Amino acid sequence: MNTFALRHVIGADSLARRLVRSAAGSGGGVIVLLFIAIACLAPMLSPYDPLATDWGALRQAPSAAHLMGTDDLGRDVLSRIIWGSRASLLVGVLSIAIAMVVGVPLGLISGYAGGVVDGVLMRITDGLLAIPSLILAIALAAFLGASLVNAMIAIGIAAAPIFIRLTRGQVLVVRGEQYVDAVRTMGFSGLRIISRHVLPNILPVLLVQATLSMADAIIAEAGLSFLGLGQQPPDPSWGAALDAARSFIVECPWMSIWPGVFICVSVFGLNLLGDGLRDALDPRNL
Amino acid sequence: MVRYVTNRLLMLIPTLFIVSVVVFGLQKLLPGDVAIALAGEDKDPTVIAEIRARYHLDRPMLTQYAYWLGDVLHGDLGHSMRNQVPVLELIRTKLPATMMLSAIAMAWALAIGVPTGILSALRKGSWLDYLSNVVGLAGLSVPPFWLGLMLILLISVDLGWLPASGYVSPFEDLGECIRSLLMPSFVLGANVAGVIMRHTRSAMLTAMAADYIRTARAKGLTRRVIIARHGFRNALVPLITVSALQLGALLSGAVLTEQVFTIPGFGRLIVDSVYNRDYSVVQGVVLTTAAIYMLLNLLADLAYAMADPRVRR
Repeated sequence: MNTFALRHVIGADSLARRLVRSAAGSGGGVIVLLFIAIACLAPMLSPYDPLATDWGALRQAPSAAHLMGTDDLGRDVLSRIIWGSRASLLVGVLSIAIAMVVGVPLGLISGYAGGVVDGVLMRITDGLLAIPSLILAIALAAFLGASLVNAMIAIGIAAAPIFIRLTRGQVLVVRGEQYVDAVRTMGFSGLRIISRHVLPNILPVLLVQATLSMADAIIAEAGLSFLGLGQQPPDPSWGAALDAARSFIVECPWMSIWPGVFICVSVFGLNLLGDGLRDALDPRNL
Repeated sequence: MVRYVTNRLLMLIPTLFIVSVVVFGLQKLLPGDVAIALAGEDKDPTVIAEIRARYHLDRPMLTQYAYWLGDVLHGDLGHSMRNQVPVLELIRTKLPATMMLSAIAMAWALAIGVPTGILSALRKGSWLDYLSNVVGLAGLSVPPFWLGLMLILLISVDLGWLPASGYVSPFEDLGECIRSLLMPSFVLGANVAGVIMRHTRSAMLTAMAADYIRTARAKGLTRRVIIARHGFRNALVPLITVSALQLGALLSGAVLTEQVFTIPGFGRLIVDSVYNRDYSVVQGVVLTTAAIYMLLNLLADLAYAMADPRVRR
């Protein structure tokens, strides 16, 4: 991504048009919108109460009454998947928000200030990146205590270094541009230059990364919940559903198939959208 | 080259320092009294007193860190609160299974990712390119634990071809070991295969667009020689780094994969110690993982420098 793109391609309507025109962008966009719609409309869409147990209908195979069957406590699998989308979406959005709130300012400071500040911040980032993200998230969730909020914090902190690195790199590119020199000679403060002139120009790149990181965050949430470190029972989550399904893999395959399908499709959608956004912002594809 | 290696080694020191601060800091996240939390399930007062003494919890935080770091540098990662086994010993016994699993997973990822990436680049825009892009992205999007469950369902339960769980040490029976890891390693490698495929494709596209390819073509070299000797050899260089960075993803993914296939490795160790609130084991595993990951990345950087002389400045 060079700065030509940043200044000339960003017209929002042309970006949207280019996104819709690309197969990846529109396909991914549709999947992501559906995912958001399911999460928002959960109370209307869900046929049963996701927490209601039915001892007369334990582990029933899919039928007209229960389209995706019931689980080991007689709860409707479809309803739990629909409500579980909320945990995934919430963690996806909020953990990346945490990562960006922590990472972007640090990256801006690091890239703009340079020198010792940059050196120290980069060494800290290296240290955090040296711990594989899921292992860091597991450790954080373990020490903070198991809950969905802590999983969110853990995933957010583990994802922050990527945003520090990316923001810093982009600032270094933009900082050398003539328009930044121009506002500097006009005597504007560093803060104003960063917020008014640097940040808007690197926003598209951050947007692409945020989309792709959200896909990773949803997989991470499912993983943490699968290990019992995310959403706590009885609240529904796709990862926790898979953990429960593991004991009944042979007798009740529907319990493990459907939650996974939803994770895959939503993550696939986000990855597709991220790819589409990147292509739409790439000046070589003009 | 010697200077390059020394520089890279020196750069590891601040990184390791930060990792140690993070791992030490984890302890401070525990709610309430650290000693009581560390004592685990049974709150034996003598155990609590022991922990207080061991971690110097009555001293200032900086002193605590210094003592802890001193122990770590002497190879003492503490003891498991549950069975009093030294953490280092636990890690040493669990590591081989994970290493074996990750190595075979990487073999899967390279065996699938590199050829499809090359083919995709050579047939850019064809249905084959399109298909492998979709499959590659799907590989990236599948959570390994779910793919594991589905393969168990298909291959172990329905077809009965491979065992659904368990692990055989390579020293006991190498054939059985590979058989027991075939499915888990595929599951673990699927994500990485997707990443490697995408990077191979773009590296290959870049390499094939270079001037020296045109020159090679003008010289009248055969397509095969051009692709293998000029295209792929150059695309290989960035691939080394990408593959090394993916080792972190493998170590992360191993935690979940070992959980699904009940493989007694590193990942099971961290999960079990999280369940048992065996915090010093968790810290030890995080520290060791980071050290291994950094070491492997260092080796990759050296390989990169050997493959590309321009890097050794």
